[in-house]
Amino acid sequence: MFDPYLQHEAEIIERIQETDDIFTIKLRFTDPEFNKAYSFHPGQFNMLYLYGVGEVAISIVSDPTEHEMYSHTIRVVGRMTKGLSKLKEGERIGVRGPFGRGWPVEEAQGKDVVFVTGGLGCAPVVAGINYVVQRRSEYGKLKILQGIKQPSDLIYQDRYDAWRKQPDTEVLLSADKGGENWVWRTGFVTSCIEGLDIDPANSIGMTCGPEPMMRIAALALAKKGLAENDIYLSMERNMHCGIGHCGHCQFGSAFICKDGPVFPFAEIKDLICKPGF
Amino acid sequence: METKKLFLVHNQLSKLLSSLNQSGYQCIGPQVKDGVIVYDVLNDVRQLPWGVRDLQAPGKYRLDKTANPENAFGWANGAQAIKPLTFKSEETLWKVTRDENGQLAFKSIDPEAKPVAIIGARPCDLAAMLIMDKVFIEGAYKDVRYQARREKLFTVVVNCTAPSANCFCVGANGDVRAKDHFDLAMTELEDGFVVEVGSDAGQSIIEKLSLQPAAIEQIQTADQRLEAAAQSQTKKLPKGDLKEKLFNNLDSEKWNEIAKRCLSCTNCTQVCPTCFCHSEGDVPALDGASSEHKRLWDSCFTEGHSRLHSEVVRDDTAKRYRQWLIHKLGTWADQFGTSGCVGCGRCITWCPVGIDITEEAAALCSEQEKSK
Repeated sequence: MFDPYLQHEAEIIERIQETDDIFTIKLRFTDPEFNKAYSFHPGQFNMLYLYGVGEVAISIVSDPTEHEMYSHTIRVVGRMTKGLSKLKEGERIGVRGPFGRGWPVEEAQGKDVVFVTGGLGCAPVVAGINYVVQRRSEYGKLKILQGIKQPSDLIYQDRYDAWRKQPDTEVLLSADKGGENWVWRTGFVTSCIEGLDIDPANSIGMTCGPEPMMRIAALALAKKGLAENDIYLSMERNMHCGIGHCGHCQFGSAFICKDGPVFPFAEIKDLICKPGF
Repeated sequence: METKKLFLVHNQLSKLLSSLNQSGYQCIGPQVKDGVIVYDVLNDVRQLPWGVRDLQAPGKYRLDKTANPENAFGWANGAQAIKPLTFKSEETLWKVTRDENGQLAFKSIDPEAKPVAIIGARPCDLAAMLIMDKVFIEGAYKDVRYQARREKLFTVVVNCTAPSANCFCVGANGDVRAKDHFDLAMTELEDGFVVEVGSDAGQSIIEKLSLQPAAIEQIQTADQRLEAAAQSQTKKLPKGDLKEKLFNNLDSEKWNEIAKRCLSCTNCTQVCPTCFCHSEGDVPALDGASSEHKRLWDSCFTEGHSRLHSEVVRDDTAKRYRQWLIHKLGTWADQFGTSGCVGCGRCITWCPVGIDITEEAAALCSEQEKSK
């Protein structure tokens, strides 16, 4: 019988140091048949297992059509991620997944798409952006809004430059506090939303970052005219099981692991940023 | 299926046990240990709590003698329901070994799923198990361990003729009588039990006992006892849409008032027959060659439960009690189509400071009435 709690061995095929504390690992299940059968949706996550330590939920950043490997971009924040950061190419970890509801990339086809992200290298939304960029002609206007605290936080410059070169694509970078050589916007990234040239009735918004930022972005997108069901947020809680059994990631009536992590704003607007949820 | 009620005199109880044993079941039943009624391996009917009753009040549990030493089920419940039979408080989910080349081999640990017969589960325990079924085996993902044990569990419910002062199954939309989903259900009278068969497995066990049909007077007496038991309950949950009422009061000062009394000790969640939260973690072997991945009952009253990186989402007792109550009585219905409370009263009894869920829920819900 299929045991959703059971881990499967995967090998680190490639490891990329993105910044001092952010790294990407490309993984492949060591069982070729299992690897072949594995598929996911952008915005879903895996439970990664570090030998002898435990599991952690990490979103998948690679494109779902890349069948050879899948990737995770991870920031070192705790015990698990610190341990994972020390692994080298060829080393083995456990992976089980994918879990949860991902980004509405199919529903967004033919529509204008707005991505709003805050903080450093927000991996879940990168999966969504890359998915749309790879299939650029299937979508309307593409707006990518990235907010950072200060200019020195800006990473992935080349990635923004590449996205900016896409047809009908606008990349807006905004630093809460600018500086001498900061050529992009200064102010909260969410303030860029009002002036966006999009068709609100035919747009999908996707946002990932700190909850207060996502909430403000969602409210600004709603004010812009997007329906609350067309604005999606990627949430995060203390997932242990990934399958709605362990109870840790409850957010009101939702289990973030299986009902999310991506939610339409309409479903979570009453509780997001409410202390205790 | 046989629906006719039968009568099992007290001295035939051991025949029931043998019949179950002969069919391969290990019997688990109530018995007195350390001043409490617990469920443990039952080899002999003399282990049952004959002539014992429980006196329960908020924060209090005492055993006493009943007027009738011939009765084995003249009590309400003990600290733990039958939850541990299907959902172990601690168990290894899988084991991983690492060889000298760093290759990992994961192996699912098969649950010890021996056929077990629980004798004397209460209707509230059965109701709670049906709720746990929704959590662990009726959703998109199945817990193979829970399922294996659940499928091999034979349930002999003994309907409740002696609710405690903390019981409120009737006031939680339940009943002192189990209606279905049991193998056998019995109601205790002075000299024996009126027995109902609820499954084919139950039928095959009971057939071997050659019981007499229950007399009409015996069935009537059983009904009267159960009716009286239901009537004796004084506590109840507020009526209506509790989720709406509680969510309208998320910012009530009442939560802080409760938090002044609540010790956040997790007792209520550990004795609750429907609390399913658990944490997972590794226990590596000292030689470094293997590691066991375990799960352990957890509680929303702990700090770790809501830890997210370096923050704690529910950083005080008020938020934790609120999470527990709004989940149990509110959001549970959205998740599983039922309330998370069966009215067993354990959280009231085993709370060291006697916090009463029915009183707190009533106070919070009536605040809303006032504000309307």
